[in-house]
Amino acid sequence: MDLVATILVDGLIYAGWLFIVSVGLTLVFGVLNILNIAHGSLYAIGAYASASLVGAYFAAGGQAFPYGSYVALILAAVLVALVLGPLLERGLLRFFYGRDEVLNVLVTYAVFLILEDVMKLIWGVNPYFVYEPYTLLGDVEIGPLFYVGYDFAVIAAAIVVGLAVWLTLNRTRIGKVVLAVIHDSEMSQTMGVNVQRIYLGAFMAGTFLAALGGALTAPMISVTPGLGVNVIIVAFAVVIIGGLGSVPGAAIGALLVGISRAASVHLLPEAELFIIYFVMAIVLLFRPEGLFAKTQVRKI
Amino acid sequence: MMKPRIGGALAAMTLAAGMAGPVAAADDTFKIGVITFLSGQAAESFGVPAWNGGKLLVDMLNEGGRLPAPYDQQGFGGMNIEVVVVDEAGGATKQVQEFRNLVQREEVDAVVGYVSSGDCLAVPPVADELKAFTILYDCGTPRVFEDGSYDYVFRTAAHATMDNVSLARYLKSRNFDVPSFAGLNQDYAWGQDSWADFTGAMTQLYPDAEVKTALFPKFGAGQYGTEISALLRENPALVHSSNWGGDLQGFLIQATARGLHERAQLALAAGDHVIPQLQDKMPDGIFLGARGVNGLAAQARGGELKELTDTMWEAYEAEYGTFPVQAPFRMWQALFGLKTAVEKAMAENGGTKPTSEELAAAMKGLSWDAPSGHIEMALADGHQAIQPNAIGTTKWNADAGKMELVDVEYYDARCVNPPEGIKSQDWLAQGFPGAQCD
Repeated sequence: MDLVATILVDGLIYAGWLFIVSVGLTLVFGVLNILNIAHGSLYAIGAYASASLVGAYFAAGGQAFPYGSYVALILAAVLVALVLGPLLERGLLRFFYGRDEVLNVLVTYAVFLILEDVMKLIWGVNPYFVYEPYTLLGDVEIGPLFYVGYDFAVIAAAIVVGLAVWLTLNRTRIGKVVLAVIHDSEMSQTMGVNVQRIYLGAFMAGTFLAALGGALTAPMISVTPGLGVNVIIVAFAVVIIGGLGSVPGAAIGALLVGISRAASVHLLPEAELFIIYFVMAIVLLFRPEGLFAKTQVRKI
Repeated sequence: MMKPRIGGALAAMTLAAGMAGPVAAADDTFKIGVITFLSGQAAESFGVPAWNGGKLLVDMLNEGGRLPAPYDQQGFGGMNIEVVVVDEAGGATKQVQEFRNLVQREEVDAVVGYVSSGDCLAVPPVADELKAFTILYDCGTPRVFEDGSYDYVFRTAAHATMDNVSLARYLKSRNFDVPSFAGLNQDYAWGQDSWADFTGAMTQLYPDAEVKTALFPKFGAGQYGTEISALLRENPALVHSSNWGGDLQGFLIQATARGLHERAQLALAAGDHVIPQLQDKMPDGIFLGARGVNGLAAQARGGELKELTDTMWEAYEAEYGTFPVQAPFRMWQALFGLKTAVEKAMAENGGTKPTSEELAAAMKGLSWDAPSGHIEMALADGHQAIQPNAIGTTKWNADAGKMELVDVEYYDARCVNPPEGIKSQDWLAQGFPGAQCD
């Protein structure tokens, strides 16, 4: 298999995963103007929840129809969004709207630390495994290399997620209302929009996307404490490259990071970590607001 | 006595948190401060199994008569053993403070601890400053005593050079053809050092072997798809990895799904500890080390240490429902060494609880038996242990429903550890001078 093709395939697989874990982060920032550090914890909780739910599914005789485990994966993300979304947004974040952005970062960092310990309390420190969904889709042979079918399913999931978010925001009435809130929340409220409900909905959607990223990742890893730390760092890089608050930006950022990282692993493995932040630095050098973020007028 | 165990542990942690005043141990009690990972990524793989093994052994020793000679005497020289446990998570700066707390506030008689090499490098100068007898039980970096010298600090486990020299020797002794090899190791000191040791040993034993690629994914990366593609493309005869914990589990799950283990020989320098979690998901045919004759390699060894090994193995399985992997073995060899040193010092001082100075004098150059083999404090002027090692090949026993290690090769401590007076990297570069392998 041609090296370029290998790099593209590997890059796309990684980018698909990256996009799913990043798009919720950029959505929450776009609507709530909060850089949610706890996104990493929500990802990890999604992984734990799916491991538990898929495990329960197979324990309850799911082997008869193993494909049902994919429903369990998605259901786990829904459950996390339904429970933690309102809890965090209504119970905490709404008290900090309009406050200094740095304060919001500190608040969500505190939530991140608390949730890390909550996970240990609930799931302990031992690893959880749910291999079955990872191997159910068989292998895909591309040239001399075998890929796992599940990897391509993650790419498909990323495309579906991206289209769903973009179409919802740009082709539906609720999407137009959300965009209006993003543009000017005070004016939207004056026009009768229930801004609090939009905030809650956006945060729940962001929570679902974080948890979905974790749920889809769980079958290919061992789910252990500390899972969310690395994810939040790379997700930040992606959304900063694409522009905070931009869904297409998250997609392009994920592709840039995914493909450049794959090229580095194949051609210059010593630079695997460096390359991600090098790409970010280059983008910020020419576009300090990111590739797709609109330049904003600052109030002085 | 530590009964009930959980209650004892909680009480000890409460004391460690400083909710009670200083409590020096009475003369009929020997108080140990144990530091190991109880949280964080190293907890599941190393810290918790080691602490479980430590708790178990302390209980057995306090009860007395449960172990074969020479460990059948109750406690340490008749003294009850009391343990204060501290979580190693939090970094070296925090651990230095925790160490001071243990020595100055808890007034422990000895400290046994440290999985992290960073902690093992940070604590010894403080131990010497406080004149506190300290055993490093787990960490692997050779730098502790190759770059430093301490009066009160001892490491009762061999350093990590042994792991990769043994792996290379295993390939040679099995006549495994290695025209090329590649590595996938974590991108921090442990992974980088392990790869350097392995390539150093391979340069001597397989001088014509070509290094195809050396990959260092970030610690905790989780996703190895691109790295696996690179390894498949490069098509090396062998893939070396010193990954541990979740990183190793994730790599194995993804690598086996893509058939890497069928196209290249996987050689895992420290991989035994993931067997209890992976079970039959761990592929057959992997060359596997356990950083000593630990875990399955110890069980398969037999010989004169069989009774001691079986006693600990069965007690651990009965208590925790799983078999002991490498970490409890290293904790056991530390505690057996401490018991031997305490009793030796007491024999010389008339039977009173030994001081740190007396303990250090007794420990220097000491040798003793443990389930992992005969341990000798042979390096660093009697402060650094050497021990035998073993490498085997994984094979799932479907009938018994458990993983076995077959084709196990055992290596004498002096075959796979450098001799006194030479640094590990120099020993490798010079072609193992002084190695005694016959």
